Amino acid sequence: MVKVAQANTVDERTNFLVEEYSTSGRLDNITQVMSLHTQYLESFLRSQFYMLRMDGPLPLPHRHYIAIMAAARHQCSYLINMHVDEFLKTGGIAEWLNGLEYVPQRLKNLNEINKLLAHRPWLITKEHIQKLVKTGENNWSLPELVHAVVLLAHYHALASFVFGSGINPERDPEISNGFRLISVNNFCVCDLANDNNIENASLTGGNFGIVDSLSELEALMERMKRLQEEREDEEASQEEMTTRFEKEKKESLFVVSGDTLHSFPHSDFEDDMIITSDVSRYIEDPGFGYEDFARRGEEHLPTFRAQDYTWENHGFSLVNRLYSDIGHLLDEKFRMVYNLTYNTMATHEDVDTTMLRRALFNYVHCMFGIRYDDYDYGEVNQLLERSLKVYIKTVTCYPERTTKRMYDSYWRQFKHSEKVHVNLLLMEARMQAELLYALRAITRHLT
Amino acid sequence: MHCHLDAPANAISVCRDAAQVVVAGRSIFKIYAIEEEQFVEKLNLRVGRKPSLNLSCADVVWHQMDENLLATAATNGVVVTWNLGRPSRNKQDQLFTEHKRTVNKVCFHPTEAHVLLSGSQDGFMKCFDLRRKDSVSTFSGQSESVRDVQFSIRDYFTFASTFENGNVQLWDIRRPDRCERMFTAHNGPVFCCDWHPEDRGWLATGGRDKMVKVWDMTTHRAKEVHCVQTIASVARVKWRPECRHHLATCSMMVDHNIYVWDVRRPFVPAAMFEEHRDVTTGIAWRHPHDPSFLLSGSKDSTLCQHLFRDASQPVERANPEGLCYGLFGDLAFAAKESLVATESGRKPYAGDRRHIFFKRKLDPAEPFAGLASSALSVFEMEPGSGSMSWFVDTAERYALAGRPLAELCDHNAKVARELGRNQVAQTWTMLRIIYCSPGLVPTPNLNHSVGKGSSCGLPLMNSFNLKDMAPGLGSETRLDRSKGDTRSDTVLLDSSATLITNEDNEETEGSDVPADYLLGDVEGEEDELYLLDPEHAHPEEPEYVLPQEAFPLRHEIVDTPPGPEHLQDKADSPHVSGSEADAASLAPVDSSFSLISVSHALYDSRLPPDFFTALVCDMLRFYAEQGDVQMAVSVLIVLGERVRKDIDEQTQEHWYTSYIDLLQRFCLWNVSNEVVKLSTSRAISCLNQASTTLHVNCSHCKRPMSSRGWVCDRCHRCASMCAVCHHVVKGLFVWCQGCSHGGHLQHIMKWLEGSSHCPAGCGHLCEYS
Repeated sequence: MVKVAQANTVDERTNFLVEEYSTSGRLDNITQVMSLHTQYLESFLRSQFYMLRMDGPLPLPHRHYIAIMAAARHQCSYLINMHVDEFLKTGGIAEWLNGLEYVPQRLKNLNEINKLLAHRPWLITKEHIQKLVKTGENNWSLPELVHAVVLLAHYHALASFVFGSGINPERDPEISNGFRLISVNNFCVCDLANDNNIENASLTGGNFGIVDSLSELEALMERMKRLQEEREDEEASQEEMTTRFEKEKKESLFVVSGDTLHSFPHSDFEDDMIITSDVSRYIEDPGFGYEDFARRGEEHLPTFRAQDYTWENHGFSLVNRLYSDIGHLLDEKFRMVYNLTYNTMATHEDVDTTMLRRALFNYVHCMFGIRYDDYDYGEVNQLLERSLKVYIKTVTCYPERTTKRMYDSYWRQFKHSEKVHVNLLLMEARMQAELLYALRAITRHLT
Repeated sequence: MHCHLDAPANAISVCRDAAQVVVAGRSIFKIYAIEEEQFVEKLNLRVGRKPSLNLSCADVVWHQMDENLLATAATNGVVVTWNLGRPSRNKQDQLFTEHKRTVNKVCFHPTEAHVLLSGSQDGFMKCFDLRRKDSVSTFSGQSESVRDVQFSIRDYFTFASTFENGNVQLWDIRRPDRCERMFTAHNGPVFCCDWHPEDRGWLATGGRDKMVKVWDMTTHRAKEVHCVQTIASVARVKWRPECRHHLATCSMMVDHNIYVWDVRRPFVPAAMFEEHRDVTTGIAWRHPHDPSFLLSGSKDSTLCQHLFRDASQPVERANPEGLCYGLFGDLAFAAKESLVATESGRKPYAGDRRHIFFKRKLDPAEPFAGLASSALSVFEMEPGSGSMSWFVDTAERYALAGRPLAELCDHNAKVARELGRNQVAQTWTMLRIIYCSPGLVPTPNLNHSVGKGSSCGLPLMNSFNLKDMAPGLGSETRLDRSKGDTRSDTVLLDSSATLITNEDNEETEGSDVPADYLLGDVEGEEDELYLLDPEHAHPEEPEYVLPQEAFPLRHEIVDTPPGPEHLQDKADSPHVSGSEADAASLAPVDSSFSLISVSHALYDSRLPPDFFTALVCDMLRFYAEQGDVQMAVSVLIVLGERVRKDIDEQTQEHWYTSYIDLLQRFCLWNVSNEVVKLSTSRAISCLNQASTTLHVNCSHCKRPMSSRGWVCDRCHRCASMCAVCHHVVKGLFVWCQGCSHGGHLQHIMKWLEGSSHCPAGCGHLCEYS
């Protein structure tokens, strides 16, 4: 899928980093990891810059505070620290950093939607929106709300990326301000020694057992090829398709449950766990977490039909109307990440990875209950091995639990840059899913 | 007339005989008969125990030749045809499952019975022959999602397709390999298109960018003939039958209304239907030759029939009035005819305070006389009475900075006088008098009533004081203050004060208002010297005046070695040089600030420094309100700090923008740029910082150099080499226009000092000027 840096791409990348450094005065580890995919990085930085620093309905310190609130939902101390600095720099009131009790009621009201958006976006209804925009002392205007929602979704998703790529705080802020290439404490890019190191094979259980990593890759490619050919011959019935979606949805239920237990103790992110208490002051109801969409029980939650509320047709128009230009930036970013390909897979070249990318994107949406009528969810099962599903589910739903072992255990022969690409896909898919739910609620409020 | 459906509709289509309409949606697929007063459900095509996704329709179309034939596009990518003539309950005829993604649009050939076209999200368009099991041909949109496909009504083989990336393609049905024509129609997805029913070449497209565009496709390149700006993304567009310029649109988001536009009048819809409570998803004119019935389906689960004569017409409610001021004082005014008729007799002349005489001529140019008639009146300036040449001349000749205040005022007064604007000239003179020494005013005897008295003693005394060092300052202050008091007495005495008698009070008073004199307390003496010897005043003043932005502070620091020599150089009068030298030597550069403050205190007591400021501000406002924003801004710039803080930021900004706007309309770019540069308002000065990128092309391969300005990424050569040092020039590059050789500014300058030939050795005799 991805290739790291041939001579001229390195050059291009350096240019980018220099540019970013000169605009923001720093090069955080996120930027450095993303710089493996310069095309994407450009649109990412552009949209992030726009929503944080350019004209918008919200005052600058508020934007950073919202970012802090969003990151706090996933206990992402890296993002929180970054934005605490920015918050103070833009003239935020230091007292607010003591916790949610110290901020104005208006910001505090955002907490509910932050919570839902982060963990169970399908629960957002127009009543939530109405409550926020209802005329009163602390009401939000719609443009402000949309801005806030975009920020929240962006930072929830970014937290996924941070945990997924194992991005650590820049240890020494003084040094990290200097211009240097890929950071050392970033296992995903540099720790190449890990690449083929099977530490714990038990994770790769499921259907595959312990497979030689190389043949694993071959098998995946074989399956892709078969699927492409099969397409014409075998057409599953409608009922079959529906069942497949439901099955995928249900299966995602069990994907992690077994794993979380034993992965917790040897978390690679112990320091994150320790500071949890420190972080929790920015959130209320810390116990509220992801709950499987499929496990809906008594209340019947209708599946979100992607065709009825698409980003291209609906989301874009609404977001752009209320917060001008952000639509174009997000649109470009989504397109970019969806279409990004280098036509490579690990050691193989000239591979059409469209199928794989689509499977990843749609699987994330599936976990958020968004269903594409025109997608055969059987493909997900074929293309995404169990360890990958575990990883996807963890990164998108409770990223704070991601461990390095999970990261290592899937696609062992793939390059790190390719895995970063996967992370980008997961991040954007998650952001889009959150935005779709939030924007749909706003649309319903408007009509 | 409307009826409630069970579920949101996604699309509707009308049968050929205009008696039936089909409504399709995710969970609805029904045929209704259109009767006199109501819709009657005739048939439910959604049969079967477990509704399959094949029935989740994104689009539906009724064949215009065969009233039994329908086609639907399903969200799961299936194209289904329906035959109403089938005897069984299930009317489903054929199923095409060739598309991999949602099919957005299906379209029957207008005259051919068996040809069906589909466009899908997967980037392919497929043409089906209904007599066969699979597609006849596939057209590839290069993996861009297809949003709409429409057969041309007139050209048998042509169809148009629109894409998510904003492109529109024209295809020949016989040539699936490549499109006939492609152009970018919109920014962002093009959601819909419609061929004009009569005009062969016209295609209307609607996009997410909230525009409806009408293209003339008969010409060699698709030409945009009309453009309608709506308020939300355009989901559907349909030409109105029998009305050449009318089309109906509905929106995909936010806006629930259906509009009918006259494309020639792109800003106000001709008609508007406001029945729906949620977005309208399908519109169709009931009969291809009847312009009065429009059907629509909506997400709010209703099906409506709109009568054109019931539509609300925004035009009726709008007051079509417009007013525009021309560059040369012409005024155009358009209003409803009725309004103009009743009031035209008196109005143009009544409110005219500035004695500009208008000539009025009526212009009956209105293409939409039928809908709303408005009259356009154009008022022209009477020739001679108000050409704007004074404005241009003034703008070009005014000096705004770079010289001492007095000179600026004098200069500007002269300019105004020469242009016959005596009031303005007078104002400048008064400003000079208020804020500066009398300078060139030819009334020498008035200067010296006080001036002479004090001037003889003062320089000596001060120099003495200065020698006595800092502690002496206090006493000096007191001394001066006493003098000041006597003067302000005189002010009080002739408080009836014509400006000229006030003059010498102001002159001393004025000189302290600017806090810009470096050597604070010397200035007191200087003013006295001015009085004695006005000619000397000017050569000296530039040394002291550094307030104006024209002298960037940097120059002061770099160029001026310790004050004294510099001052002495130019000082003509021995008195002055002596006192200055003293002052400077006593007061090293850094302590000069404290001295300034002393000088402030010194004069504060004499007259409140803002004694006249209020007046001046009023004067500026007066000019601005009169319409002479030029005067307001010029004075504002010339006086700088003296008045700036007394006028609120926004007013200043407003004046600046108006003036800059005017200047630019007269193409006075240089002046406008100068004004921008001299303005202190942040909002204004940042005008100059926008779009400052300079794009350069490589001198070898002629392609743009994207990353750096001096080395080309493509041919890997340096674009500009210095002919002297043979290194890359990264900053200023100067070159000879004769032989086009050049290099670093410094190097070339140095070279040409010693030699007159080109450094590159081409033999050209370069000139550096």
